[in-house]
Amino acid sequence: MNAPTPLDRLLPEVDLGQLDALEEEAIFILRETAAAFERPALLFSAGKDSCVVLHLAQKAFKLTGSAKARLPFPLLHVDTGHNFPEVIAFRDAIVEELGEQLVVAHLEDSIARGSVRLASTDESRNGHQSVTLLEAVEEHHFDALIGGARRDEEKARAKERILSHRDSFGQWQPKNQRPELWTLFNTRLKPGEHMRAFPISNWTELDVWLYIQRERIALPSLYYAHHREVVRRRGLLVPVTALTPPKAGERVETLDVRFRTVGDISCTCPVESDAASAAEVVAETLAVTVSERGATRMDDRTSDASMERRKKEGYF
Amino acid sequence: MGLALRDNDDREAATRRPLRFLTAGSVDDGKSTLIGRLLLDGRAILADQLDALEARAGGGQPIDLALLTDGLEAEREQGITIDVAYRYFATAKRKFVIADAPGHEQYTRNMVTAAAGSDAAVVLVDATKLDLAREPLQLLPQTRRHALLAKLLRVPHIVFAVNKLDAVADADGAFARVRAALEAFAAEAGFAPAGIVPISALHGDNVSRPSALGGSDGPTLLELLEALPVDDGATAAAALVPVQFVANAANGGVGHQARVLWGRVARGEVALGAELVVFPSGESARVAELHVAGRRAERVGAGRSAGVVLDRQLDVSRGDWLATPGTIAPTSRFRATLAWLDTEPAIVGRKYWLRHGNRWLQGRIAAIVSRVDVATLGHHATDALGVNDIGEVVVEAQHELPLASFDDDRVAGALLVVDPASHRTSGTLLVRAAA
Repeated sequence: MNAPTPLDRLLPEVDLGQLDALEEEAIFILRETAAAFERPALLFSAGKDSCVVLHLAQKAFKLTGSAKARLPFPLLHVDTGHNFPEVIAFRDAIVEELGEQLVVAHLEDSIARGSVRLASTDESRNGHQSVTLLEAVEEHHFDALIGGARRDEEKARAKERILSHRDSFGQWQPKNQRPELWTLFNTRLKPGEHMRAFPISNWTELDVWLYIQRERIALPSLYYAHHREVVRRRGLLVPVTALTPPKAGERVETLDVRFRTVGDISCTCPVESDAASAAEVVAETLAVTVSERGATRMDDRTSDASMERRKKEGYF
Repeated sequence: MGLALRDNDDREAATRRPLRFLTAGSVDDGKSTLIGRLLLDGRAILADQLDALEARAGGGQPIDLALLTDGLEAEREQGITIDVAYRYFATAKRKFVIADAPGHEQYTRNMVTAAAGSDAAVVLVDATKLDLAREPLQLLPQTRRHALLAKLLRVPHIVFAVNKLDAVADADGAFARVRAALEAFAAEAGFAPAGIVPISALHGDNVSRPSALGGSDGPTLLELLEALPVDDGATAAAALVPVQFVANAANGGVGHQARVLWGRVARGEVALGAELVVFPSGESARVAELHVAGRRAERVGAGRSAGVVLDRQLDVSRGDWLATPGTIAPTSRFRATLAWLDTEPAIVGRKYWLRHGNRWLQGRIAAIVSRVDVATLGHHATDALGVNDIGEVVVEAQHELPLASFDDDRVAGALLVVDPASHRTSGTLLVRAAA
């Protein structure tokens, strides 16, 4: 895209009233989680979805003019150790600015403990995050984890409840989910069990970007167009970093790119883009023809059922 | 960018939410194909997803639209949908959420899940499965079951989509006969269908593309869904709010000031200055401050969360209710329709956990009056209800509750039944009347 296309020409009836309805629902779920559980935590990776959930939580729990109040739960980040430095810097800055409490669970600690064993040093750590996450749940006795997953992301997630039960091993049982009737959530847990809460279940990628634009939500800079060295691999653009060096015979190019999802550095790929603002990303999203995970996540490509397997293992 | 940003409107937002509808049909009725068709025509299918389907279909073969929605490995193996899945698409006029309910009979609980909270039900009728020569034409039991379940759960609009008309010899004649049978059935069951549309999900006729299939000159299925009204019960005169979350100074309240009582308005509207009575304490106070997320408000309507600060300190906690004085009639013994979802049968006299609004309490089924035959809506005397059964029961709750008939109020009229040992959601109660 060379010139940004005005939104009103792409979709004349973008109805922001529907964003209000989504916001209302998300805030309702956040208050429900804070009220119904003793030790909730908000999963915060500084990715765009978790930034949106953090913003919604500010609106849910802080009245205008009472900025000093703190959320009724801490933020929890599972740090794979393979991060984009600007994302960690952003995370620390926003936590500081908002005065929230941040708990960081390090995958390195799980490796040191022996609970995570990597097959090779350059293996993607994304799939191992669930071990570290569940260790953090046990250590801190969290009984509810608030996440930014959306049902439109992937087929297995389309079946996810808004409040989703995890057994005492942190496992998801897709065939034994609790029926979710109206907003009468079954919040009852046995010791050691926990709940996952997904306030933005019903949002799409477009809703997220429209909301980021409307609410002026700050995101890590790599969500917007920037120059980056990449190589082309299996139809994806793979960023060139110390952890993901070019393979023999691959040509390194410098392109204008942005990230659509941000996760472990070894499996997150950008797309070509010159969208430098949320409004321009909205315009691109309206015109997009490749789904979010298909374009950017190497690990989801391994099999159609890869997400379902990881969910059963306790992945968020 | 020429994008006008509109301010929140505290009364309007609930009616601007997406239309949520469930799809009900049996295995092979073409339900997954219909959803795939809606997603494809609603451009919710992206290039890489289509690539995967085309690769699976093999060169030159038409893609299998049903594969777009079959999300779990287990059901791919069995070839049936086993749990409710939510899908999203939008037209220029409206956003939609599809709650995809399974058709397999043993999974009725998932259809109940999909129906609770849906604005409409699209019931698929497979024209090729009907004996079109028979007089009078007999609908399949599952068609009656799906529609009657939707009616029993008070889904506001029921739409019939008569599918696979491309595969019968005389589509016009077949549709006319199926329509007559559906109209007769609906009249007998006591509801008016919001529409009966002849479609071919496979080819797309009358889904989003108008077609003369079945002699149709009416709206397509999508046009029909775009036009359905949404009602959140905002028109009630008296306010009722279940208190969801009490904010104090430590978790978002205003310093040393009074606490904020947050709750989603169940019916009516809450206005600044209005008098409210607290249930169960019976004390009353006036609304001194009213908040919605992020700012102050003067009135907040049904379906939206209100933050209420009262003009005097009262002891209020999660699970309590705020109501216009004199408008609630607390009772602890009531008649209700019970939809039983647990594989363990309902046990009369056993204590279960009940959730009403935001309150958990104990309660028991005092008596099972009858079982409803969802193929006929006839009542049969029984003393046992098992999984997927629906019946009339008498319930005794541990405390009095500000109940309402489910017909009038979907919040105060609904309860959850949870097994105290397994914590499974065993069933749901739709309140009929005090007993």
